Amino acid sequence: MASAADAARRAENEKTRSRWLLSAPALVIIFVAAIGPLFVMLAYSFMAKGDYGDVKYGQFSLDGWFSVFLQRDIFDDTIGIAEAHLSIIWRSVRLSVITTAVTLLLGFPTAYFIATRPRHTREIWVFLVTIPFWTNLLIRTFAMQQVIRNEGILNTLLMWLHVIDEPLQIMYSDWAILFGMVYVYLPLMVLPLYASMEKLDFRLIEAGYDLYAGRLAVLRRIIIPLVKPGVVAGSILVFIPSLGAYVIPRVLGGGKNMMIGNLIELQFGAGRNWPLGAALSIALMAAVMVALLFYVRNAARSGAQHG
Amino acid sequence: MARHFDIRSQPGFPLIALFTFAMLYLPIVTLVVYAFNASDSVSQWGGFSLRWFADAWDNSAVQDAALRSIIIALCAATIATIAATMAAIATTRTAPYRGLGVKYAFINTPLMVPEIVTAVALLIVFSRIKVWTGYSGLGYLIIAHTAFCIPFAYLPIRARLESMDSTLERAAADLYATPWMAFRRVTLPLLRPGIIAGFMLAFVISLDDVVITEFVKSGGQDTLPTYMLGQIRRAVTPEINAIATAFLALSVILVTAFFFINRRKT
Amino acid sequence: MPDPSLARDQRVAIEARGIVKEFGQGPTALRALDNVSVTIRENEFFTLLGPSGCGKTTLLRMIAGFEYPSEGAILLYGEDIAGLPPFKRPINTVFQSYALFPHLTVRENIAFGLEMLGRPKAEITSRVAAMLKLVRMEELAERRTDQISGGQAQRVALARALAPSPKVLLLDEPLSALDYKLRKEMQIELKRMQSETGITFVFVTHDQEEALTMSDRIAVMSKGKVLQIGSPWDIYDKPADRFVADFIGETNFLVASVIATGSNMVRVRLATGAEIDATVTEGWQPTGEVTVAVRPEHARAVASGGHIAGMVENVVYFGTDTHIHVRLDGATGFMVRQQNSRSQSCGFAVGDRIGIDIAADAAQVLRD
Repeated sequence: MASAADAARRAENEKTRSRWLLSAPALVIIFVAAIGPLFVMLAYSFMAKGDYGDVKYGQFSLDGWFSVFLQRDIFDDTIGIAEAHLSIIWRSVRLSVITTAVTLLLGFPTAYFIATRPRHTREIWVFLVTIPFWTNLLIRTFAMQQVIRNEGILNTLLMWLHVIDEPLQIMYSDWAILFGMVYVYLPLMVLPLYASMEKLDFRLIEAGYDLYAGRLAVLRRIIIPLVKPGVVAGSILVFIPSLGAYVIPRVLGGGKNMMIGNLIELQFGAGRNWPLGAALSIALMAAVMVALLFYVRNAARSGAQHG
Repeated sequence: MARHFDIRSQPGFPLIALFTFAMLYLPIVTLVVYAFNASDSVSQWGGFSLRWFADAWDNSAVQDAALRSIIIALCAATIATIAATMAAIATTRTAPYRGLGVKYAFINTPLMVPEIVTAVALLIVFSRIKVWTGYSGLGYLIIAHTAFCIPFAYLPIRARLESMDSTLERAAADLYATPWMAFRRVTLPLLRPGIIAGFMLAFVISLDDVVITEFVKSGGQDTLPTYMLGQIRRAVTPEINAIATAFLALSVILVTAFFFINRRKT
Repeated sequence: MPDPSLARDQRVAIEARGIVKEFGQGPTALRALDNVSVTIRENEFFTLLGPSGCGKTTLLRMIAGFEYPSEGAILLYGEDIAGLPPFKRPINTVFQSYALFPHLTVRENIAFGLEMLGRPKAEITSRVAAMLKLVRMEELAERRTDQISGGQAQRVALARALAPSPKVLLLDEPLSALDYKLRKEMQIELKRMQSETGITFVFVTHDQEEALTMSDRIAVMSKGKVLQIGSPWDIYDKPADRFVADFIGETNFLVASVIATGSNMVRVRLATGAEIDATVTEGWQPTGEVTVAVRPEHARAVASGGHIAGMVENVVYFGTDTHIHVRLDGATGFMVRQQNSRSQSCGFAVGDRIGIDIAADAAQVLRD
């Protein structure tokens, strides 16, 4: 009896070991080139900044975190609010919220439209959304730049229609960043929305109409509550990369209209303030984690509801 | 006849959908059209020409960057696919065990952390290692790319594994196959579409990366995207459009292939 | 089509006139309904009965407003409702899948229609309470709809459809998802609710037994056509044609030839030479070769004699009765259903040669 139990335990141990061995390469690579560096960065955010970039090793300092929101006046050493940083953070949050709202307003009807096509054409529409999703973000940003430039197709069209007399200066403004982010992140909204609308039971909509609900009431009282998981998923999927956007504001916003991503880069370049850059990165990551947590909790709740 | 009431339709939705699709494709189409522009500018149409494709083809900086992109993508996608396949086998079709949650969290981390954050974290660590070891080759880019490619390779492989009937391996064992033979003769062939899809996803993701590459690369290690990022800031000629168009064509081909591989047999 | 069962002087709730419905176009078009006319009286329990694909659900969905006829008209108390979307028709549906809103509670589901009609809060509260009581779901009012059983979901669906006091209630195979015992209970409960509320029920089912036990009148449909409309008794005892006789209950078919004609009655000679009387639907004078239907319970197995004879092939015991399957001399099968008594078995064994006695007035001549 004892030997049988031993054999069973040995087999179980063997299985556990082989599972860890099989997962080891993936785990090690991700630790070395993704997770480990985050901890190093966390440590860096608590060190004093070096004179020419980098940090002064082992020299503890809260200056990095301190200067996220505050700054010391170089002349009289008084402490004031770092308005430049705050305005950049505010721009990031504002543009990300607007991007999420606009992509939702465009994406919801689009996803619904796709979900109500006949089955065999639906795949083609989804494919049409997937293609831009998988094309290079830089190329799409660049493509948007060509559309909204002063000589671009948008201005040309508006002038030809006599809506405006001279080209609108869209490039290098918040508007340009907004155009770019909406364009680039739209598929991230449509795809999860479609995933939940595809599962929509249209008999429930029939039941709604049967019980005297009009078009708007069916949309508001039945369709939207039923696809809420998709709405939340899409919004999170758009909001998170918007908040951490780097390429889009760099290409379309020019040097002046920075977002958090660009502010972080600046600290590792001309700013030569690695601890501040590290602190900003950790703060950005924390914000993203909070958003993700909200999403996971929501998904768990709706999973419990329908599963 | 308006009196025929369609329960599925919502007023205005098709119009907005149409606008969305126009918006998704108008910029790409504009970009591609101007790649074939004969004139020097990207705003004045000067007739059809392939000269910018020829220019890009002859540009040694573009050649180097393209070659580098492909080398990195091939290495990263290959390593990521192998690691992801092994990890998928260890984490699917099993009762929950201690450490499973940790594995999931690890594998998904690159998807959740903003790219710019990973990029500067890698900059911090790799710049120090470069100083210590004196090595500044492509290895840093390859390992960084491998790390963020793993979750993308993992997804389709795992999905494929989960839809597979685990009694097949038991049947193989019943027919005297050793675990290794069962894996090679039964699991692996059935898993192949998932592995191919995972590799292609990883390849496209590596090829597309700008941010992490921009921060990790040493001098003279431009990939095609970082080369383009540098060019976009300077005076713009349709040469960039030509490069972007070629790049775009490659992505579309890969994505289309992926789409069909995934659709067949699921 | 004249509807002989519509003799009583009563208000008409729904009238479908010459309904044609085609899905698709051109030569591949599928004709789901082919010139269907049905008249449904106020307060009646009317059933559309037929096999799947016969068009009964399409007709029901037309009355609800989810489908539109290609030709013909649907009238509600004399008014054409073709132009009304479903949310403007005072008609509610109990869906086959129940279609309860998963994001709302039982109470919210029942209140939904009243809220959409903009009824005052107080009225909604009291009406919902009354409905919960009617379907005996007061205890579970705050449950979410995925936390209740199939039978309970069925009752909620019913309460939800009844709450706005529709002029007509449509029920699309509402009992098909329930198990046998629950189905029997719900049949009785539905009947009770119909008489309590006095609402016209239009019921769709493929279950002939369900149709017979519940309905005031039944329309039997097949392949997009209405074959017969009448009371359960009419349909069972005087099936108009072979399909109806075969679909409703169990029937034996015998080939016979007409030898004399009377009013609604003919005398036929069976293959064995025996002669019996058979009823005929009004206004029809069959001649020559005909098919005659005899219900199994209207025949009796006898040791010798009888109208026809054959060999016992199988004896199946059913508790309340026994089915005796007989192979007739003409090679056709015939089934006799005999009531069991407690003390003795039916007395026949496989292989026995027996005769079959057909009761007077049991045979019905069928149209093919």
